[in-house]
Amino acid sequence: MAELTYWQAIQRAHDEEMERDPMVITMGIDVGVLGGTYKATTGLYNKYGPLRVIDTPISENSYTGLGIGASFLGIKPIIEIMSVNFAWLAMDQIMNSAAKVRYMSGGQLTAPVVIRTPGGAAHQLGAQHSARMERVFMGTPGLRVVTPSSPKQAYGLLKSAVRSPDPVFINEHELMYNIKGDVPDEEYLHPLEGSEISRSGTDVTLFGYNISVLWCLNAADILARQHGINAEVIDLYALSPIDRTGIRKSVSKTHRAVIVEEDEGPVGVGSEIISIINEECFYELDAAPIRVHAKHVPIPYSHILEKAAIPNPEDVVQTVLKLLGKS
Amino acid sequence: MELAEKKRVLRDMLFARRFEERCYQDYVQRKIGGFLHLYPGQEACAQGVMEAARPGFDYVITGYRDHVHAIRCGTDPKIIMAELYGKETGCCKGRGGSMHIFDVSHRFMGGYALVGGPFPLAAGMAKAIQLKGGAEIVICFLGDAANNQGSFHETMNMCSLWKLPVLFICENNLYGIGTSIYRSTAVIDQYKRLNGNNVESDVCDGQDFDIVYEHAKKAVEYVRGRKGPYFLELKTYRFRGHSMSDSNAYRDKTEEETWKKRDPLNILYERLIQEKILTADEYAAMDQEIMSFIDHEVVAFANESPEPVPEDLEKYVLA
Repeated sequence: MAELTYWQAIQRAHDEEMERDPMVITMGIDVGVLGGTYKATTGLYNKYGPLRVIDTPISENSYTGLGIGASFLGIKPIIEIMSVNFAWLAMDQIMNSAAKVRYMSGGQLTAPVVIRTPGGAAHQLGAQHSARMERVFMGTPGLRVVTPSSPKQAYGLLKSAVRSPDPVFINEHELMYNIKGDVPDEEYLHPLEGSEISRSGTDVTLFGYNISVLWCLNAADILARQHGINAEVIDLYALSPIDRTGIRKSVSKTHRAVIVEEDEGPVGVGSEIISIINEECFYELDAAPIRVHAKHVPIPYSHILEKAAIPNPEDVVQTVLKLLGKS
Repeated sequence: MELAEKKRVLRDMLFARRFEERCYQDYVQRKIGGFLHLYPGQEACAQGVMEAARPGFDYVITGYRDHVHAIRCGTDPKIIMAELYGKETGCCKGRGGSMHIFDVSHRFMGGYALVGGPFPLAAGMAKAIQLKGGAEIVICFLGDAANNQGSFHETMNMCSLWKLPVLFICENNLYGIGTSIYRSTAVIDQYKRLNGNNVESDVCDGQDFDIVYEHAKKAVEYVRGRKGPYFLELKTYRFRGHSMSDSNAYRDKTEEETWKKRDPLNILYERLIQEKILTADEYAAMDQEIMSFIDHEVVAFANESPEPVPEDLEKYVLA
């Protein structure tokens, strides 16, 4: 077991998959000579050369489409989009080509691309660099959507995504590239479906994914130490297909649910999970499920305002206390 | 091209015309649903290019006016008609429809409904060929209006930069849905727009099969020789509206009549008659045979085929 940063884990997955399969290529803005904006493709250009590690022009829609077209003929492109906010430019190719081609061709053609991109607020990057949009992708049939909360997941999910016959959208986070965690020394493939119990508990379930798993774990510590509340934390690393069974099992055990997301509330991940709880295990509930989410505003530049827009572990603690009638 | 071959070419073009006319009739009778974009008037384009290329070997991709391009790649017209009828025996098992004909076994890589969407997909397939090695080329057929999308400019830049083996065929039929090219586009001659991206380009009459074929041969040779991408503009005209839901009121009747005098079938027919390769009687018999085949084989197959079942609705979403 080695301790790696999130970006090192992603880099290792790229390297191993490119080494294993000559059909795997990496493409995106600055992934080659520069080694990636967040270092996730460091060293690949020198090792695999410009044909397989492709610095693209700043043409998100068409270089994403180019990767999708290449995947039609057996190439396995790992496409990096520098920020999920720029993925809006590539929405036509992601939504209309990659996600739909298998269905509308009656199963003849698939687009097994991997699209990696970070989302979320970092440090005062302003409205056009801070948004998340996993809620949009997870609502699209034909795409797999995963979002790693740890270096181990970042490594194992990318490796599985490369080997998946379906298009996989991987939502990373700009604030997480330098977090550290244990990654197995041996090859490890993380399942693209399911969920993980990050912390076992009995009193309330905190659902998180990507960075909000870290907030949930932090909140669970505070709840245990300061309030004697034993929270369970479920890591929904797969947003589509989502693990309905895992959600039901945990809520059936704790009877209370709080969903924590960095994205905005309306039409969000939390709304979807509450619907799933209603459909799967409504009568197990002792209290109405609650969402903790970003405010419905473009993310502001001011440090004070940015902080006010994005939830934090303390918000999670307060929400749980309210839910349990302890505030 | 052998003279005898030209008779087969004319037959193919006539088949394309009759197939599309039958689609029109069946659409009016509501046997075909959705949006339906027909090809009459432009037959020499797909025919001329595909005679110069290697159907079933080269990869072809196009927009939503796609039935005839699939047929030219070798797709059985029966499974196209069955697709239009929404049947399980259709080439896409009734999941695609008129705008999304696919036949990967003949390397017809699809009809796509977003204008300009196929540009980067074509480039990507060419990138795959470049990586894997092989003599194939990619042929991307699109209309003039697609060149006003960002994907046109983005893709041409990448194709030129990386010398990707794509032949872009621009079927310039002068209209983007209901808007004339003169009202939508600053540069009427589309081939001139490639100068900015350093892509080799050419233009020719798209109504005369022989002219299209000669220009396409040169273009195919250039791309197959791995000299880079190539853009060939074909000046053509569609005899019907953009789609079946189109009143066609935006077009000047004199303009329509002028173009109808340049019907690609007539141009080739007259030439074959003049060269004494064909007689009027032969042509009439050919037409009769085609109509009968479409009736008794193509449409009958579509008619008699089973519908998809709702239990299979979620099949093909994920692998």
